Amino acid sequence: MNSVRFLWAAYIATWLIHGLYLGSIVRRYRRVRRQMKDLSGE
Amino acid sequence: MIAGTVKRLFPILAVLTALLLAYGTYQALVVAPTERTMGDVQRIFYYHVPSAWTGFCLFFTNLIASIVYLIRKNPKADALAVSSAEVGVVFCTIVLVTGPIWARPVWGIWWTWDLRLTSTLVLWLIYVSYLVLRRFSDSAQTPVLAAVLAIFGALDVPLVYFSIWFFRTQHPQPVIGGGGSLDPRMLHVFLLNLFTFSCFGAMVCWWRCRLEWLQREVDEAEAMESLLEPTEARLSKPKVTAGGGR
Repeated sequence: MNSVRFLWAAYIATWLIHGLYLGSIVRRYRRVRRQMKDLSGE
Repeated sequence: MIAGTVKRLFPILAVLTALLLAYGTYQALVVAPTERTMGDVQRIFYYHVPSAWTGFCLFFTNLIASIVYLIRKNPKADALAVSSAEVGVVFCTIVLVTGPIWARPVWGIWWTWDLRLTSTLVLWLIYVSYLVLRRFSDSAQTPVLAAVLAIFGALDVPLVYFSIWFFRTQHPQPVIGGGGSLDPRMLHVFLLNLFTFSCFGAMVCWWRCRLEWLQREVDEAEAMESLLEPTEARLSKPKVTAGGGR
């Protein structure tokens, strides 16, 4: 039935949003670590 | 010592949460019985409602942290406030995305301006404006202004929750404590996912809070360094006497 398509769409949207957000946290962590390394190296 | 234990505990709890999420998804998609009138699309319920619950809990955390910050000016409370608001907005976004996807096959429309939906959108907009304020304002008063905005924003949470109790809306009545009923097998899966999403929200908030704290330490160290640099440069500069030392 058509409703399964909506179910999958909602699931994919949910985990896509979470994935993008977790990815942004990882990226920000890497930037902070790099800044810390630069500070301790100077 | 406590910080070290917490640091070691984090990956273990993260793995446990990931396992719980996988188990909760399996229960929601496979084990839970299919609802008679809506069919499979009703399974959206198992993460739409837990996402809303987690978002509310995070906004409540933001409220408490904001009050603590206003009273004690504790920077850790401020870091928790900004982290919980950001993660809360993510969960609220999921509610606003999955809701219309569920509404389309069931109601025949993506969106209606009824009280529950509109107040949820307003809640989302308030916390997005909170994050915009935190991101783009450099004033020393920003945390105070943001904390006040958070207190006003949190007033919308009970309005969202109780809107379907006191007003006639398109949105279904609550299944627990609101006169609705749920098959015991559905209730089991729902409660499992409620717990799982709460753990997931807490873990992400914890992680985000650690990042916020690290970022503040780095910013502080960079500010200190930029303050010291001119002094060091002045001290290391050779003294030149009048007449060029000849």
